[in-house]
Amino acid sequence: MNLFEVTRRMLRRDLLLAYRHRGELANPLVFFLIVVSLFPLSLEPDPRLLATIGSGVIWVAALLATMLSLDAMFRPDFEDGTLEQLMLSPHPVALLVLVRVFAHWLVAGLPLILLSPLLAMLMNLPGEALPALLASLALGTPVLSLVGAIGVALTVALRRSGVLLSLLVLPLYIPVLIFGARAVTDAAAGLPWSGPLLFIGALLALALTLAPLAIAGALRISLE
Amino acid sequence: MSVVPNHTLRIQGLGCERGDRRLFSALDFQLGAGEVLRVEGANGSGKTTLLRTLCGLRRPDEGEILWDGEPLARVRPEFNAELTYIGHLPGIKVDLTPLENLAVDGALHRTRPDADAMAALDAVGLFGFEDLPARTLSAGQRRRVALARLFLMDTRLWVLDEPFTALDVRGVEMLAACIDEHVARGGMVIFTTHQAIRFGSGEPRSLVLGAEGRA
Repeated sequence: MNLFEVTRRMLRRDLLLAYRHRGELANPLVFFLIVVSLFPLSLEPDPRLLATIGSGVIWVAALLATMLSLDAMFRPDFEDGTLEQLMLSPHPVALLVLVRVFAHWLVAGLPLILLSPLLAMLMNLPGEALPALLASLALGTPVLSLVGAIGVALTVALRRSGVLLSLLVLPLYIPVLIFGARAVTDAAAGLPWSGPLLFIGALLALALTLAPLAIAGALRISLE
Repeated sequence: MSVVPNHTLRIQGLGCERGDRRLFSALDFQLGAGEVLRVEGANGSGKTTLLRTLCGLRRPDEGEILWDGEPLARVRPEFNAELTYIGHLPGIKVDLTPLENLAVDGALHRTRPDADAMAALDAVGLFGFEDLPARTLSAGQRRRVALARLFLMDTRLWVLDEPFTALDVRGVEMLAACIDEHVARGGMVIFTTHQAIRFGSGEPRSLVLGAEGRA
């Protein structure tokens, strides 16, 4: 069986599993919506203030919503033994885990991007900021999934890893947060915003090439 | 089926520790085509650890595992292509049906040219359960889904950890017959069990852990 067919079947499996648990898919999205809407409620509902902090708030909420969905990536596989079968496959493990991360992004990252225009309206972001918000999330959320997967792979053998996972992963999310929020703020001010976006693109290229190897290695250690 | 060269698995001075406790050490044995090895020992004597080490899921603390004379780390893909491991955990997704589970196994491992998932499920006595989520199956039936892999895979070496657990009398006979057939085709099997199993080919070699045993 060629690698393309293997990839197709593994992706099908992951999407099928996500579909059978479709009730849980909405949870991070609702969380994303609630966290962002807490800010207008707790601060002054001054449109200018909201527009100033909006980019940062949406990005922080996206980070936290991604954190919530990370554990679903490898923990169930670890607990039912399918991870062992994956690691004993003759196919490159890095490729197999990349498929897993891609499936995670499709069901957890992509919906965040689709929901973000609504939140931009909620935070009174100017219309010029919307393309920057969408572009930065489109490049940034895959990085969040890839880097988060390394954290999950390292902590999957621990029974209660929730807090530890956040402590490991959140600091690594900081560069994405800085450049993501920067791009949106610059665009809202009418400045060119391609610089920060290119930085996120570079981070994505780096994560895409190195993270699968790190995830495969971390999973191997966790299974010992 | 195509003619495949005979493979050998060789263990030299293998030793494993768990925590600070030494489970076994200086283990030596060799397994060739058409051979069965039964690993015995009391609970906690390191049977599962030995099997996981043989599969490469765990690094040996001392000694070497050689596949066709090459250290395992150097021939990983070739070794994995010939390996079917069924561990304590059945390795199936309970939200998928048995057929969907076997499709995933077929993607991850090399299957026989004539592999037919329906026939494999029929062989393990799951006819009529192909399209039910595995969640609704009993523990024994889930184990049978895992065992259905044995009827699909084109692998030489089977490493089976307590494969007879949770099976009824007919299931035990079915699996013993399946192992017999595999061995007759030149396959290799390493398994653990606490039950007395009768094989058509006679009593397999056994390795007793916890008694400085040698096969």
